[in-house]
Amino acid sequence: MSAVKIGSAPARAMSRLRPNALWLAAPGLLFLAVFFVWPVAQLLGLSAVDPDSGALSASSYQRIAATDVYLRVLGITFRIAGWTALWSLLVAYPLAYWLARLPDMFRGRMLLFVMVPFWTSYLVKTFAWMLILGRTGVINSLLTGAGVADQPLSLINNQFGVMVGMVHAMVPLAVMTMLPVMTGIDRRLVQAAQTLGAAPVRAFWLVYFKLSLPGVAAAGLLVFISSLGFFIVPAFLGGRQETMLAQLIITQVQELLNWSFAGALSAMMLAAALVSCVVYDRVFGLSTIAGGAAQVGTGRIRDLGLAILSVVAGAAAKLADVVRAVLGKTICARLLPGFCWLVIAFLVLPTLLVIPIAFTSSQFLQFPPPGYGLSWFETYFSSPLWIQATIRSFIVAFVTALAATAIGGFTALALANSRTRWGGLIFAFFLAPMIVPRIVIAVGLFYLFARMGLIATDVGLVIGHTVLAIPFTLVTIAAVLKTYDQRLDQAAATLGANRVRTLTGITIPLVKGGLVAAFLFAFITSFDELTIAIFVSGGIKTTLPKQMWDDMILQLNPTLAAVSVVVLVIVTAMLLVAERFRSSPSSRS
Amino acid sequence: MTATEPKAAKLIVEGLCKRYGATTALQPSSLSVAEGEFLTLLGPSGSGKTTLLQLICGLVDASEGRVVIDGRDQSSTPVHQRDIGLVFQHYALFPHLTVAENIAFPLKMRGQPGAEIAKRVSGALDMVHLGHLAGRFPRELSGGQQQRVALARCFVYQPSIILMDEPLGALDKKLREHMQIEIKRLHRESGATIVYVTHDQEEALAMSDRICLMNHAKIEQLGTPREIYERPRTAFAADFIGISNIFRGRWDGNGSLDTAHGRFALPQGARCETKDAALVIRPENLRIGAQDGNMVSGRVSEIVYAGSETRVIAALQDGSQLVLRLGPDDAVPAIDEAIVAGWPRDKAVLVA
Repeated sequence: MSAVKIGSAPARAMSRLRPNALWLAAPGLLFLAVFFVWPVAQLLGLSAVDPDSGALSASSYQRIAATDVYLRVLGITFRIAGWTALWSLLVAYPLAYWLARLPDMFRGRMLLFVMVPFWTSYLVKTFAWMLILGRTGVINSLLTGAGVADQPLSLINNQFGVMVGMVHAMVPLAVMTMLPVMTGIDRRLVQAAQTLGAAPVRAFWLVYFKLSLPGVAAAGLLVFISSLGFFIVPAFLGGRQETMLAQLIITQVQELLNWSFAGALSAMMLAAALVSCVVYDRVFGLSTIAGGAAQVGTGRIRDLGLAILSVVAGAAAKLADVVRAVLGKTICARLLPGFCWLVIAFLVLPTLLVIPIAFTSSQFLQFPPPGYGLSWFETYFSSPLWIQATIRSFIVAFVTALAATAIGGFTALALANSRTRWGGLIFAFFLAPMIVPRIVIAVGLFYLFARMGLIATDVGLVIGHTVLAIPFTLVTIAAVLKTYDQRLDQAAATLGANRVRTLTGITIPLVKGGLVAAFLFAFITSFDELTIAIFVSGGIKTTLPKQMWDDMILQLNPTLAAVSVVVLVIVTAMLLVAERFRSSPSSRS
Repeated sequence: MTATEPKAAKLIVEGLCKRYGATTALQPSSLSVAEGEFLTLLGPSGSGKTTLLQLICGLVDASEGRVVIDGRDQSSTPVHQRDIGLVFQHYALFPHLTVAENIAFPLKMRGQPGAEIAKRVSGALDMVHLGHLAGRFPRELSGGQQQRVALARCFVYQPSIILMDEPLGALDKKLREHMQIEIKRLHRESGATIVYVTHDQEEALAMSDRICLMNHAKIEQLGTPREIYERPRTAFAADFIGISNIFRGRWDGNGSLDTAHGRFALPQGARCETKDAALVIRPENLRIGAQDGNMVSGRVSEIVYAGSETRVIAALQDGSQLVLRLGPDDAVPAIDEAIVAGWPRDKAVLVA
């Protein structure tokens, strides 16, 4: 910056600084352009190229259309994702509503029951359900043991198993997406409706439910899109009838090495995700995901919506009267907390079940364990394969967390300090790795890395994981900066601090809690990550989740339970620390 | 304005009380509001005024006591069946409904026919001069306009009682004064019974038929604005409403009070429950020079010119402040000038 001598220096400096702040987002934009947009675009391009001749060709798509296998899988994928979204919303809405009503202090504590399952590795969760639902699993052992059932029930490798696993995996995401919208609803509006003559149930539907709809839609969208790209749950809990698109893509790349066909399938999945987003945007506006105000529809659609709502509200009010008359007031008041504790039990208990099994003395995964011992932890700690995978995961996660926090932090700072109208768009772009199915990013990166020689390298893993972790760090830091009083920076400036001194002396110390939380979230994201690891870590250079995946495909063994416990302990510990830092942003250590 | 004719009691509150565990939000309180009356609950934050309001409308369940509206005990009636109107501090307009739909909401809840609703909504909109904004959404309106919508939404269904919880708290001074007049007009035109909550004593004085002054979760004094201003019963009442010079001292049981500033002659027949008492003198009753033998001396520390009056602040010997209000024709002393101020003995009030 050159020195300005004339009187209007502050004004000029301001006008030059404001657009400059946006440059802080440049490293992140560049990074995502190279390692997210480019590989995904290339993958889509690849789908339109003949694998042998390299010429432009629709052969891959013709192959998709030629047999009904792929369309059927696409149908299955949509069906499972749709049902998962519906069930997740039905289960998550009451829980989110209940959490939103709790006092702030208490809610923070209860939220851990959602946060821990949210960040728990899908592999661990799925492994737990295999132990519970399997033919010799917990439920069947209990049922046959008690003589309730003669034959083991088939709870796994069918649609039931997939739905249980998927809903269990997705409810935390749905709750976390709906909760900010719900806590943002002014509860006095419901009171106002009541003073104006609406019975409590009617007031809830006419006001609260209507205002929570953007959150519901955002949750539905995120769950649906995440479910579209899922492969862990259907691979282990589903049967042939529940094969999903992502599983086909993995097979095409890993076993058949058919790039262009994998590209075509990825294009299909991406298109499905994008269409969902567009539909959502038309109805609700994408800004609601970022916590913005919902658009209010106009005209006939809005009138129709309000009319439907008022019919629903009237019916619900009548139903509530009947229910209250039958069950009595006290029981009715306990229905919601009762249901919510059931949901929390559903979210938390299955994963906890892994713990006793990890300490089993048996050679097999039986429940209850015949005796307890540490033999499987010994197996884990004495196995060079597992230990190397663990160390690699730690290193990769650490570097990923540093990179993602830096990029996310600078971007959040850029967005907070500039009033550009592109702000929303840039924010949405940085969130895109969360919307685009991971499998699409993973396949795209694999292709890119193959040509850059980054396959089976830690650098490749770090890059891939950083792409996935950036949305989490950006959202976390942006949330802290939002509550940060910008006037403190201005005060520092008037007191003589330059931009750098202000940043290091005022801003960073005050948002430290958010930075630590972002770092830990990025760490967990990488530590738990499987999709990119499947493609990018090759041979003996594997990560912990990849090693678990390989073992689970090969054969279930109690070592997996021991590893699950280790992962569970690490992730939970990090999460508790992250929450501690996040809940007290201005705390001093 | 005084309520001369006895009117039917619209609202009776009997021994109403609210406790949260060990803390008491409202000690047992009783009051009665006449039909068409404008009663203000006035007090500092935490004085229990909002709790009392919420107990009356049923948003909070009472620990003890009764709420009687129109002669019927409504203590256990749920909020939506109490037929009260509540204007919220931050308006609580439904953001997803237009102005007209917001105002129509209570009528729809009461199952009124569409034509009737349309008629009354447009009537209510005209009443608050917002007919041209019927199709707007609340966030497209200014604070003052939102406030009027909230008022219209409340007046439109003619509830038995209208409760207002610091409705002007979020507006700037100019707009607040304008809306005070507006609310007075609506009150006069509709004949509604209004219970109004505020912590702004000027607002309370300007608007109310009667003021219910609250402090420490109980009713401190209940009376017309003039009664409370001129005859405060406690030092708190004197201090909270208007500006007061308060001299604490010991009452001799007869006609004088011994204070650190000397012995003051009390008004004729002044009585107090305790020997520890205080004498309250309003700034406008103080004059330069001794009066009726009452005088204090001090040194002028500040002079505030406010157009129609000039406020003189003097430091007394013990460091406390004395405030005098001088008219435009009075001679104004200079800063640092030593002055003697006095008051006619009947213009002071003896309080506990």
